Amino acid sequence: MSNPVIKCENVFKIFGSNAEKMLQDSNGNVDAKTFQENGCIVGVNNASFEVAKGEMLVVMGLSGSGKSTLLRCISRLTDATGGKIFIEGQDLLELNNKQLIDLRRNKMGMVFQSFALLPHKTVVENIAFPLQIKGIEIEDSIAKAMDMVKLVGLEGRENYFPRELSGGQQQRVGIARSLAVEPDIWFLDEPFSALDPLIRKEMQDEFLRLQEKLQKTIMFITHDFDEALKLADRIAIMKDGIIEQLDTPANIVLNPATEYVRKFTEEVPREKVLLIEDVMDKSDTKDLSELKVSKDETIENVAEKILSQDKSVAVIDNDNKIIGSINPTKIINTVFGGRKNNN
Amino acid sequence: MEFIKKYPKVFQWLFLLLIFFGLCFAIEVPETYKFIRGQAEFVKDPNQNFYIFLGKEVRYYPFDVFWRLPPLLGWLPIWINDSLFFLMNEWLPMEFWNEDTQSYKTRPLVLQITREVTSIMTFLIELIRDILLGGLKTIVAFTSWDFVGSNSWAKMPGLPWTIVAAGAAILAYQLSGKGLALFAGLVMVYISIFGQWKPSMQTLSFILVAAPLSFVFGLGLGIAAFKNKRVEKALYPILLVMQTMPQYAVLVPALVLFGVGDHAAVIITMIVAVPPMILLTLLGLRAVPPEVIEAGRMSGCNNWQLMFKVLIPTARRDILIGVNQVIMVCFSMAVISAFIGAKGLGFNLLLALNQLNIGLALEAGLCISLIAILLDKMSLAWANKQVDYFGNLTFYERNKNAIYFGIAVFIGIVLAYLGSFYFKQGFNYLFEVPHNKGISTADFWNKGVDWIFDTFFVYIKAFNTWLIVEVLQPMRALYLRMPAVATIVLVVGAGYLIGGIRSALVVCGLTLFIALSPWWDRALVTTYMATFGVIVSCIIGFTVGTLCFQNKHSTSFMLGVCDIFQTFPSFVYLIPVMMLFGITDTSVLIAVIVYATIPATRYTIEGLRSVPTALHDAATMSGVNKFQRLTKIEFPLAFPHMMLGLNQTIVFALFMVIIGAFIGTEDLGQYILKALSDKNGAGIGLTLGICVAFIGLIFDNLIRTWVDNRKKHLGIA
Repeated sequence: MSNPVIKCENVFKIFGSNAEKMLQDSNGNVDAKTFQENGCIVGVNNASFEVAKGEMLVVMGLSGSGKSTLLRCISRLTDATGGKIFIEGQDLLELNNKQLIDLRRNKMGMVFQSFALLPHKTVVENIAFPLQIKGIEIEDSIAKAMDMVKLVGLEGRENYFPRELSGGQQQRVGIARSLAVEPDIWFLDEPFSALDPLIRKEMQDEFLRLQEKLQKTIMFITHDFDEALKLADRIAIMKDGIIEQLDTPANIVLNPATEYVRKFTEEVPREKVLLIEDVMDKSDTKDLSELKVSKDETIENVAEKILSQDKSVAVIDNDNKIIGSINPTKIINTVFGGRKNNN
Repeated sequence: MEFIKKYPKVFQWLFLLLIFFGLCFAIEVPETYKFIRGQAEFVKDPNQNFYIFLGKEVRYYPFDVFWRLPPLLGWLPIWINDSLFFLMNEWLPMEFWNEDTQSYKTRPLVLQITREVTSIMTFLIELIRDILLGGLKTIVAFTSWDFVGSNSWAKMPGLPWTIVAAGAAILAYQLSGKGLALFAGLVMVYISIFGQWKPSMQTLSFILVAAPLSFVFGLGLGIAAFKNKRVEKALYPILLVMQTMPQYAVLVPALVLFGVGDHAAVIITMIVAVPPMILLTLLGLRAVPPEVIEAGRMSGCNNWQLMFKVLIPTARRDILIGVNQVIMVCFSMAVISAFIGAKGLGFNLLLALNQLNIGLALEAGLCISLIAILLDKMSLAWANKQVDYFGNLTFYERNKNAIYFGIAVFIGIVLAYLGSFYFKQGFNYLFEVPHNKGISTADFWNKGVDWIFDTFFVYIKAFNTWLIVEVLQPMRALYLRMPAVATIVLVVGAGYLIGGIRSALVVCGLTLFIALSPWWDRALVTTYMATFGVIVSCIIGFTVGTLCFQNKHSTSFMLGVCDIFQTFPSFVYLIPVMMLFGITDTSVLIAVIVYATIPATRYTIEGLRSVPTALHDAATMSGVNKFQRLTKIEFPLAFPHMMLGLNQTIVFALFMVIIGAFIGTEDLGQYILKALSDKNGAGIGLTLGICVAFIGLIFDNLIRTWVDNRKKHLGIA
């Protein structure tokens, strides 16, 4: 984390007419209730975190938790009330309007929950829109947009209007549009929430495929915990504007920091989330069975094999080196233990 | 007692009525009081009191303040008038270069500005008229008479009617399809054959100037209001008043500023047509989803790009609905502007009505109605048309309508040319059918009217007499019998009960303005006529709407009928009623009823239709029958929307009552009509218009507040 792409320091967003003064008076100790009594609504409460290059940070929270507000502060669609936000070391709040427009034209892309396509433009025109805004010649922008159309798999539909597309296809256009200027930072605001479950899964897979190829720095907003677990490098869980916990999916499932977070993790199928690496025993590498499993496998995939063994199973890394072991009992404990009986 | 505890509001209302009637009976009619038929300010009578404010002398008959308030605002119209006069003729004289006399001339600034605006408007109208009807004025304006004399090609003829008809049909085809194209073609052919070509094209040229200008100003102000809250706040009261102000009343100040004729009419039309455009622009821009705006911002749009590449295209439909409104307002103003000398269909209609030539009036009226429907349908089709993709079409496919139009122009010219050989004497009918030289059915209609009068005169007369003697006169007497204080208490009390102190204050202010103006009695007469019209309209509209709602086909049929009737300029409604009932109050009231029934019916149907299907199904599953469903589910839920319909009904009724002055009534409208022909009428006309607007706004405020509260209560806001 030497050079974070996005860095937030004590970011506050408070809605209301006298928000700034109240924030100053509170000395950084914001209590949502007292603010509400004075006609202010706390959107984001003291958020500090960093996102590294190529990392995907998923912000998870229920509606009204301030996750979208946080995203809009970082994209400066709204101005944060307090705190500092750095984009690649640049102080975002110090930028003037022209610099901000420049930043958006070259560095940022954003995907929206309701797709937010322009109804009067075709698929390819929608995708070319940010390029044309930038001042690129129409023909060049269309050519570039056509590449994007191919990238998201919409060939043959480039001359359709948004109204003629299904939800999933519309969001593909939204994704292609946000990628057209080849941004480094990619914001996604609940991009799949408006889609049907089956389409949503398909789009998530598609999204992972794209990210593997593009390696963008991503902030992804969702209210769906399963989606967060599936996609995230790290997850930030928000409640009432406060980041309750920010950690890797495995750590969140294994060590929920607060009661609120624990409630989310309760119903999670751990075997699908946890990797062997997360539960292996590093110290014990003696007296192992023949079977070797990779540290990057999910428990779900290898549980059956491990459970068929009497002894502990060796865990290997990418270089085939043994780095730890895992005991069948541990598997059973992880998957079935520590849940309901803890209540 | 139980009942009152359960419904505290009922008790409050009863109490209010009690006070009202108490006041009515307690305050005697002063012996000297009589309904003054003449204009008080011109009568010099020793019985009058007078006071002087701002140097203006106001004369009035004094009464007990409980009975009638003194006209403390009586100086206002005179003051407005004098101020206008001062602005026009004395304020800020400056030197202006005069092109004709080649010298500087001193002129007041405002006068110079209005003259400049006037000449621009005149030029624009002439330009379009030249294209449609032929003429030289524009070319002369660009060059000189000598130039026209030496270049014979400059004597440009207008477009033959065949070309304009084909053009209209092709445009309609492109906007909507075959049906509308056929209709457009037929309307144009009808206009031509019946010899209404010239006035129609005059009216059309008027609209072609007024509508685009109104659009530009409306859009600009709408954008400004969207961007800046302060602009919106400043515009809002003006928009409100303009919405309820009778179009007729704005004509008067325009006369003073811009004189008589088409140009003045265009300017005043813009003043009337811009407010709906502003409102719809604002509505459309507000309705753009916030995410689309954010998407635009994240694409790196600057403010300009955001407005013109994202917001306006996304709000396209609402903005084009605004264009539809603008066109319809322009059209109805084009008709009414006949009063200040605008040429065209309205002028012919006015002339025919003045001569009591019902047949001619009917023809002009039919023409007006047909054009109104055509314009409405075409502009709506434009609004609802979605953008198409042309990229992969051939040149022919992309431009086929333009090509067809080119062919039509060619054929039209050839036909007109051939026609000039065929119709050697007289008129070239393939070029233009001169006014009143086409087929005319006027005689037929006139005979029909005579026949109706001969046959049904006794019945109509009996009905007329009965209505006037048994219903209207007593009702009018009752309204005039109300002491001013009682009326104010009633209105303000209603405001308080409906919307609390805020509503009460607003309503009180509006009422006081009217009460302190010199025309309280007239306002009461206007209100009585409107009330009568509204009550009857609501009964009819409510019944018809409810009945039609029982069947899907009748519902859509009725809405279609409402659509069509709504497009007719209000003035047109006077023709058939004059035909049947002659020149009486009955005619005006029947026109009011017909006109005001449209919104009453429409809102009833729409209200009933807006009841969610889920509730409908839930009720059906609870085992209600049709009647129960209507009374227990649909009416309660539709009622707020129906009340909005009542609001519209009142506005429509007021408009018609005012226009009814043309037939002859004794209300505010009569004074507005008088002000039109009065050199010093500007202030009076404007103040009268504001009075009418305020009557509308009082009801508007009460109804809207009630509806908002009710909707919140029902959870359907």
